[in-house]
Amino acid sequence: MGSAVERFDNEARRKFDSLGRNEVYPGELLRHRVYTRFLHWMVALFFFLALFSGFGIYLPWLFRWFTPIFGGGALSRAMHPWFGLAFAVFFGLQMLNWLVPMRWTPADTRWIRNIRNVVSGAEKLEAPDTGFFNAGQKVQFWEIVIGCGVYLITGFILWIGADTFGRIAVAVSYVLHDISALIMLGGIFIHIYLSTIGEPGTFHSMTRGAVSEAWAWTFHPAWYKEMTGRDPRQAYEEARQRMRGAQTKP
Amino acid sequence: MSDRRTLQIKQMSAHPGPIPGGEPGKEVQRNYDVCKLVDTTTCIGCKACEVACVEWNDMPFAATTFDNTYQTMPETRWNFWNLIKFNEHQREDGTIQWLMRKDQCMHCADPGCLRACPADGAIVQYTNGIVDFQQENCIGCEFCVSGCPFHIPKFNNTSKKVYKCTLCSDRVGQGLEPACIKACPTGCLKFGTKDDMKFIAEERSKQLRENFGFQNAGVYDPQSIGGTHVIYVLHDATDPERYGGLPKDPQIPWSYTIWKWLAKPVLGTFALFGLLSVGLHYVMVGPRRPQPDPQEEGIHGKRG
Repeated sequence: MGSAVERFDNEARRKFDSLGRNEVYPGELLRHRVYTRFLHWMVALFFFLALFSGFGIYLPWLFRWFTPIFGGGALSRAMHPWFGLAFAVFFGLQMLNWLVPMRWTPADTRWIRNIRNVVSGAEKLEAPDTGFFNAGQKVQFWEIVIGCGVYLITGFILWIGADTFGRIAVAVSYVLHDISALIMLGGIFIHIYLSTIGEPGTFHSMTRGAVSEAWAWTFHPAWYKEMTGRDPRQAYEEARQRMRGAQTKP
Repeated sequence: MSDRRTLQIKQMSAHPGPIPGGEPGKEVQRNYDVCKLVDTTTCIGCKACEVACVEWNDMPFAATTFDNTYQTMPETRWNFWNLIKFNEHQREDGTIQWLMRKDQCMHCADPGCLRACPADGAIVQYTNGIVDFQQENCIGCEFCVSGCPFHIPKFNNTSKKVYKCTLCSDRVGQGLEPACIKACPTGCLKFGTKDDMKFIAEERSKQLRENFGFQNAGVYDPQSIGGTHVIYVLHDATDPERYGGLPKDPQIPWSYTIWKWLAKPVLGTFALFGLLSVGLHYVMVGPRRPQPDPQEEGIHGKRG
């Protein structure tokens, strides 16, 4: 089973690399391959379509202006389940693609305990054992995995309706569906912030696939070490010396 | 939509801001709470009301379902809003009591369908108590089906809209009685103000208790949903379930009360606080840049 998933992922990654390309300049590392980026943006697209079509129905007295985007309330309602389904399918593929790097490790537990220093900006460099994904990213990933499960089950019940599943099943599903959406909405703010202005240099890992080495040794030192074989802290100190040297020279 | 001159809206589903047509209670005309009284003890099961309903509302022909009872079909349909439910109740002494109950929308004072509805103006309640679906605003989500304790709203899979009894709001708005009332030959159906119907129903129940030996006779006007604008006189008000599943204590799921009107806006605002908090993080703590950061090294270079 595990190996079948692996074979499928490898085949998909290979196929997509031949369809698109990764732009990695000198001094950069390849972070996300074409397949990962494709899945990420399909997930993002359908996430927002589902979010906006759903939010007009969730809080109509505040967000009724979302429904005209989809051609009115009736069409919003008709399309929302399909958007959601597409979101879940693409995220399901992404989940298979990321099963290995998203595995929880003792280093992640330490990262979570240390989260205060990360958020406050007290520690400029991530702990040296932070790998390809840090614990924050892993928490969000697994939250979406669970959230997608909740969406699929409750969404199906809401889609088919009370005539089949009974009014209590619909009433309960309605609340769970909303809670899952609210958690994901809160998460998406943090996700977008950190991948754009919150941690500059992150965004092009999802456009052309590459990040700078400095980005890698700062935010994912263990991954940097794995990729280059060099010690991230030492690489950082060397870069710092170079930078100071360049500065003191008139 | 029914005539707005005569039917003032009181409540509207998912509607922001004031209700169109003026403030309820300040309209020019007096508005009585209307009520339909169904005396199940005098219903003879002639189904004249079923036919009148289909005729007045111009419903297409609907195939009936024969299931070895006198009942036209198992339950109401999107194009069949008025159904006499036939139930055989076995008394303790083994004799059979044949119960006939006209099943239709109850026009609850606190309508679960309206509470559940997320579409602006798809369900309205007039000041006279009639709960009416406005199909042009319906988005076909079927939440009303889940909100209704009486299993009344029915979905039409072709038009993707939900339909139910209107209490002939078009007739009532013009001062006429509903079509079913007009067709009833026994006087089992009556129509008037809620106060009058309640009075007649109580009197009839008293008569049943005192003169006809139905000790448990009473009026069905469930207070758990604020009363209804269709009330029944039952031979045995302690067990309405036997009349084809009339709920003893109808409830609106808390999803459509506490969750929808309190938790949802509050939690939704919390989600927006997420946006606020990342914005504040940016301006107060600032972004985390790949290190060494040239700017930072330049500014804090001496700190080492």
